[in-house]
Amino acid sequence: MKTRESTFWTWHLLAGGIILVVLGIHMAIMHLSKMLGTGGETHEVVQWTLVRMRSIDFAFAFMYVVLLGAALYHGLYGLRTIILELTLPERAEKFVSAVIVLLGFALFILGSYSTIAFYAMNGPMR
Amino acid sequence: MPENKFLRNNLGLMGWISGGRYGVERYAYALHRLTGLGILLYFLLHIFVTSSRLLGESTWEAVMRALSSPVFKWGEFLVYLAFGYHALNGVRLVMAELGFFLGVPKQPVYPYTHSVKRQRPLLVLVMAVAAVIVLLGGYDFLGFAGR
Repeated sequence: MKTRESTFWTWHLLAGGIILVVLGIHMAIMHLSKMLGTGGETHEVVQWTLVRMRSIDFAFAFMYVVLLGAALYHGLYGLRTIILELTLPERAEKFVSAVIVLLGFALFILGSYSTIAFYAMNGPMR
Repeated sequence: MPENKFLRNNLGLMGWISGGRYGVERYAYALHRLTGLGILLYFLLHIFVTSSRLLGESTWEAVMRALSSPVFKWGEFLVYLAFGYHALNGVRLVMAELGFFLGVPKQPVYPYTHSVKRQRPLLVLVMAVAAVIVLLGGYDFLGFAGR
């Protein structure tokens, strides 16, 4: 029988798949850059010029927002699972779930706002 | 999935590593969770750090200077190790969740086998791939590449 929790679990797996691809690309660019020739050493790829260049590229900006959403969902759902496995009282479980959902939305708004606002202020639409 | 309301989890977090004669998969499970929590903590901080670019170049440079100490560099490398392990072990878990590499149910005929044993080569394979990714990352991350 498909329950609400099994749907959340399926999303958790799907988010993991998305993260594997998108974070894999991110890691290759940021941390295997010298070896793969994708930008320079780790301390170079975080220099303002390169950060700005990536942030005003639509593909990167889109990837950041997708990664943000998928990683927040995957990570916070995993945290919720670990906490709820401790078999807390039902009211405490509801409180934990509510805090995690609010935290997730707040961080998604912060992260996506900074990405979209930077793109809008400095990108090709300016 | 947090659905079981019938049994109390008396072992709590200690049950991750000490609750009986666990196989290697149980320790892989415990490490999967530990690395997941580490990555989550890093990611939450990473959101604030990367959001600082909105405040301009000088703020960004100041934040990067504050994070350029060897402690943060090694910390970031640990996150990279955690990512390599968590991602590859996660692939194995999804495969098992979808029923791959577990074999079909059989009569218990000696020498006995079971699904955990049947998926063990996959565990060895993904750990080998994770080790390669970690070594490559270490080579690049710690600044050996191109020296």
